[in-house]
Amino acid sequence: MTTQEAIPQIEDNGFAIDEFLAAEAAKDLLRFSTAGSVDDGKSTLIGRLLYDSRNVYEDQVRAVTGKQVSLRPTIDFALLTDGLRAEREQGITIDVAYRYFSTQRRKFIIADTPGHEQYTRNMATGASTADLAIILIDARKGILTQSRRHAYIASLLGTRHLVAAINKMDLVGFSEDVYRKITAELQTLVEQVGSHALLTIPVSALEGDNVVDRSTRMSWYEGPTLLEHLESVPVGTDIATQPFRMPVQRVIRPDQNYRGFAGQISAGTIRKGDLITVLPSGRSSRVASITTFDGDLEEARAPLSIALTLEDELDISRGDLLSEPQRAPQQATSLKALLVWFDNQRLETHRPYLLKHGASMRSARITRVVQRTNVHTLAEEAVSTLGMNDIGVVEIELTLPIFSDAYAENRASGSFILIHPQTNATLAAGMIRSSLSSGSSRPQPRGVLLLDTRGTVISRDVEERLIAAGTQVVRTQIDDAAILHSLLSLGLIVLLERALPVDVLESLASAGIHPIEAETYQPAKGELHGQ
Amino acid sequence: MLAPIHPAYPATPAQRVETLTPAIGLSHLKLLEAESIHIFREVAAEFQKPVMLYSIGKDSAVMLRLAQKAFFPGPIPFPLLHVDTGYKFREMIAFRDSIARELSLDLRVWRNEQALADGANPVALGTQRCCGLLKTTALLDGLRHYGFDAAFGGARRDEEKSRAKERIFSFRDRAGQWDPKNQRPEVWNLYNARISPGESIRVFPLSNWTELDIWHYILLEEIPIVPLYFAKERRMIVRGNSLIPVEQSFLNSLPGEEQWVRSRLRSLGCSPCTGAIRSDADTIPKIIAELVSFRSSERANRVIDHDTDGSMEIKKREGYF
Ligand SMILES: Nc1nc2c(ncn2[C@@H]2O[C@H](COP(=O)(O)OP(=O)(O)OP(=O)(O)O)[C@@H](O)[C@H]2O)c(=O)[nH]1
Ligand SMILES: [Mg+2]
Repeated sequence: MTTQEAIPQIEDNGFAIDEFLAAEAAKDLLRFSTAGSVDDGKSTLIGRLLYDSRNVYEDQVRAVTGKQVSLRPTIDFALLTDGLRAEREQGITIDVAYRYFSTQRRKFIIADTPGHEQYTRNMATGASTADLAIILIDARKGILTQSRRHAYIASLLGTRHLVAAINKMDLVGFSEDVYRKITAELQTLVEQVGSHALLTIPVSALEGDNVVDRSTRMSWYEGPTLLEHLESVPVGTDIATQPFRMPVQRVIRPDQNYRGFAGQISAGTIRKGDLITVLPSGRSSRVASITTFDGDLEEARAPLSIALTLEDELDISRGDLLSEPQRAPQQATSLKALLVWFDNQRLETHRPYLLKHGASMRSARITRVVQRTNVHTLAEEAVSTLGMNDIGVVEIELTLPIFSDAYAENRASGSFILIHPQTNATLAAGMIRSSLSSGSSRPQPRGVLLLDTRGTVISRDVEERLIAAGTQVVRTQIDDAAILHSLLSLGLIVLLERALPVDVLESLASAGIHPIEAETYQPAKGELHGQ
Repeated sequence: MLAPIHPAYPATPAQRVETLTPAIGLSHLKLLEAESIHIFREVAAEFQKPVMLYSIGKDSAVMLRLAQKAFFPGPIPFPLLHVDTGYKFREMIAFRDSIARELSLDLRVWRNEQALADGANPVALGTQRCCGLLKTTALLDGLRHYGFDAAFGGARRDEEKSRAKERIFSFRDRAGQWDPKNQRPEVWNLYNARISPGESIRVFPLSNWTELDIWHYILLEEIPIVPLYFAKERRMIVRGNSLIPVEQSFLNSLPGEEQWVRSRLRSLGCSPCTGAIRSDADTIPKIIAELVSFRSSERANRVIDHDTDGSMEIKKREGYF
């Protein structure tokens, strides 16, 4: 049992708590993960990062300092994160370790993942929530299969930023040639996996070069240190500007007077008075209130957890999805998706699995394995099944539809997991590529109805602007409900030059279509209607 | 509680929640809160009989507030379970009972009465066996007695190395044990809540919170905590560098060891095994200031984690939190 020997002098050392807290509260958050082959120094790098940025306590350092006689004590930095006994005994990482640290500017959540191929699923666990991945390369060995696999998985998961740390530069004499050669190879790899440009940083995790402090032994390198880079990559994502999505996790109903739909906004922004559509029913209503413990909100955005009440009594339960009416997700009973297979039981086609998507659970069968990616060559191979750590594209049939987006467009509504109904094992992580068919007799309208009563001259301008933005527009004066329904169900933007009679408005509203002012309408990026 | 603060630092909790957001995006505390609420709601929806393990400390206080938020304006839809070792501080028990009354909580208390009747205590048994009986066994028995299939715990990954390895949904087999080498993959925020009869899941909604986040949140949200966290003159057995609170009769002090010391507890455990620290921090801002200046981790004052290398992992495997 130890105690502080002296009472820390709080008031006297010029430390202003109020300023500290204001600065704390203003920090944003970056989640990053490590990736790479076994032993290339991921855990050592994280240990070094924590140590040099003064984010480890003395008792933790003492616990990992070797007690060699005669030699000066050495710290085994990897042991700061390798927290399991088996890991310490074998000197490898087995499962993800999460570590937390902060600097003046930012808070960080690190997932230090294992490099060993056997534990690839643990790497995927750590990488799935990361905004940035550090891919480590041992300077002596260059790019190994596992570095390739991890870089590929990170890019599939849509990790926004990739950075490569060329490690163990101390063992190659801090050679610029070695660094340049690996950087060039990496650029080729990055182009293959379809990511953007990649920053490469030469480091020695063991000795601390270019991790937090600039190396004095690689004056030829002019880029940022690892920490400088981590502190400066942009984190504010665009999820709050995407179309609104909120899976209903739970209905909160304390008494007759309140009925709220609770969930975490997975994309977009919602305001009081906004119109939302409930899927699968397709019914619409307006947001009456946004309830939180801290009081009602006028507006809430992803990824806040909230509860909504609606103006109308609609039948809504867990697993339903609340969406913006104009840009609703696709209804699908048949999907094409990319899987990272986790389990040591191989994929069996036509066997019923459980598919968890948002708050909904469906019975699903994989009807076909389309291809597998060979992680050595990144080439696509035809196979009939997937085994542990395989990455491949499959076709899936569902008994009941889900409402989804492509993973590339929306991480939350484009992702799912597969669960074995008997063993309950988490079999695979899935990323939706596309929905193959709409299994419903009443397809969800994807079109947009714009109203412009300012006269034909102005309407024509609006039409031109929308066409220039790459959308398909029909300008019309027709006010027949049936015709409007069929145009909209083709996914067109219908630009109406006249006000609608009440009965037509009602008929459209019952299908979840509400006209919006042409003046205020902005087509969303990537939203190409009529395709 | 807290008066001064910066002009930029808003006075009321509601104002703070609104204004304390960084230039782009939401503050990290808002993000952590949203993640925790999501976890609470998933568990309440997917399990038959969830329970919140309430240990009375600061992390439990935050967990309780987050549960209130998750189901607001409804009540918390599951009971709370306190595993009482019999050696908790009197102030903790008093605090527990008053919070339960105030918030109308369904609070259950479970003790290993048999072991206590047999005179179990850390001096007689050693800390490992004592913890095994009064914490782990009591916890497993309590969970089994009520048939709980999911249990929320306030553990954070930044507390200790083996906790840093744990999933948010942590699977336990029929014996309540954790297999750290064979954890379920956990991708995005899609949690696999499926279990067979007799198995259970421990859920850690505070996984990604740090000690500083907890204190900062307690400050912003004005969450009530046990007074033992605040410095005042307390009766202590002063032994070497250690301060052992005078509370249990089986801890005999040597002449002169018992003194009044201005001190507080940094983490709340059982009174014989939780060392106090000398401190002047009698407000939350002062506690935060002290925390920032600390050079050792919060569990450094707990005897129980240091018996053997990896002792937390061993206890966790056996079913401890
Ligand atoms: N010379 C030198 N050795 C290093 C460096 N970085 C790491 N090492 C050593 O490389 C070995 C492996 O390091 P780890 O950090 O455990 O590697 P890892 O990538 O985390 O390994 P896994 O997690 O098991 O995949 C250890 O012996 C380290 O001391 C470096 O920059 N220079
Ligand atoms: Mg490692």
